[in-house]
Amino acid sequence: MHPAFSVIFFTVASGAGFGLFSLLFIADTFKLGGGFTPAQLVIGGIVALGLIGFGLLSSTFHLANPKNAWRAFSRFRTSWLSREGVFAVVFMPLALVYLACIGFDAPLWLRETFGLLSAVLAWITVFSTGMIYACLKTIRQWNTPLVPANYLALGYASGSLLLLLGAVMAGLDTLPYIAMAALIVSIAAVLKAIYYFWIRSPGLTPTINTATGLTRAKVKLLDTGHTHGTFLTQEFGFQIARKKAGLLKIVVFGLGFVLPGLMLVWVFNERDGQAAAIIAAFAGIAGAAVERWLFFAEARHVVNLYHGAQRC
Amino acid sequence: MRLGLVIDLDVCVGCHACAIACKEWNASGTIGPLSDYQPYGAEPSGVWFNRIRHYEMDEYPNNKTVNFPMSCMHCEDADCVTVCPTGASYKRPEDGIVLIDQDKCMGCNYCSWACPYGARELDRSSGTMKKCTLCVDRIYDQALPVEERQPSCVLTCPAHARMFGDFDDPDSAVSRTVRERGGFPLMPELNYNPTNTYLPPRRKPVIPVDTQPRGGLKESIKQFANKLVRR
Repeated sequence: MHPAFSVIFFTVASGAGFGLFSLLFIADTFKLGGGFTPAQLVIGGIVALGLIGFGLLSSTFHLANPKNAWRAFSRFRTSWLSREGVFAVVFMPLALVYLACIGFDAPLWLRETFGLLSAVLAWITVFSTGMIYACLKTIRQWNTPLVPANYLALGYASGSLLLLLGAVMAGLDTLPYIAMAALIVSIAAVLKAIYYFWIRSPGLTPTINTATGLTRAKVKLLDTGHTHGTFLTQEFGFQIARKKAGLLKIVVFGLGFVLPGLMLVWVFNERDGQAAAIIAAFAGIAGAAVERWLFFAEARHVVNLYHGAQRC
Repeated sequence: MRLGLVIDLDVCVGCHACAIACKEWNASGTIGPLSDYQPYGAEPSGVWFNRIRHYEMDEYPNNKTVNFPMSCMHCEDADCVTVCPTGASYKRPEDGIVLIDQDKCMGCNYCSWACPYGARELDRSSGTMKKCTLCVDRIYDQALPVEERQPSCVLTCPAHARMFGDFDDPDSAVSRTVRERGGFPLMPELNYNPTNTYLPPRRKPVIPVDTQPRGGLKESIKQFANKLVRR
């Protein structure tokens, strides 16, 4: 699949934003490390909403006809893309009410109710983002429950690293934040490793034989019938060399999981390693971006069978 | 009604006439134009509803070239319709034709991802997705003579490799032909239940190819000399 930059930016930024917001709610509820002040919580919430907003905005850049984008909320009952949009839009006012509750010192039950609701909706929205890809039967690398699991784990990992940065900057006791980030980042790493292992074997997938229905003998492409590229070759023809994909997987793990992990140790030892926390957050997000690029680059759509691939 | 096409892979000669006729009709049809990019340039490309590919089955001397026209299969379980977030893609309940409302499409490409057959193509100039309409603007046209109320690809095919009809009617010509010739859907394992059906190439006896008899020492020397001498 052709990796579209706007979609990569959107999924990484909004994933981190939703992750940060729901973890902020947890940090607020349990007063982790002494608890953020209301002003700090509001700033953190605004950063999260900013990431989500910019992400949603950038996702409209890959539309060829953005004037009809408002219609994307209309097929909630069948389309995961529509659901994601609806959930994201429902999340926004709930999150704003939660931040207002914090800012204006509303009763605890109100604050906690809206916090919980927005945290749950954040979870559902990121799950929907993953399901946009996971529901496609045409791409075996995507058609697995590991995809929404990866989207959630990576979004929350990025969010937890951003939250740790916030805790360091606010001068809180970083220990609970380090523990939380370490746990989520390791879960994300394990899930990603399982995903990479899983997509290695093709399993029961369509072949050029079932695609053409000519199953009694070997089939090979003689001619695609078009002179230059088509929409199909531009959108689905992208292919990444196995070696390059392997290298990028090392980058994903090094940048996205190992480096943030080392920086967590640094923060733990230094007790106020602001530089380390900044590196951890940026490395985690950069790793997630590389991961997202590879997620698209490695996906092979079955239409490639008609262009000569023996299997996808 | 479940309207669709039958394509006879045994008869198709791969002339691309169906694709040309399709382009000609639909360029001015309900969801036209079908934009071309650099039609006379170095990298000609553009929107087509019908594409013909060419495959080779088996290996020499049992090989056979199979010409393979493909357009929208008008699937029973069309994922392109269910994934569409705007409601632009829809399947008509009365005849099963899958269409795209050009006024609603936002050009997100998601439906093309869901289609395993590559039937949907984005038109860069209008920013909307386009696909085969089964010539919905001619099959119901009362102004046309009855025999011409068929998709233009079917009408134009010089080899009569394409048939159009109602698959819900067990006695229609398409249903009977599919039954008799053992028609098959493409990629049935994905469970899209495509309406369009393909007829397999017939099994034909292998045409024997005479092998050259070995000519002995004299013939070998002659061949060797022929290789040395340039004419």
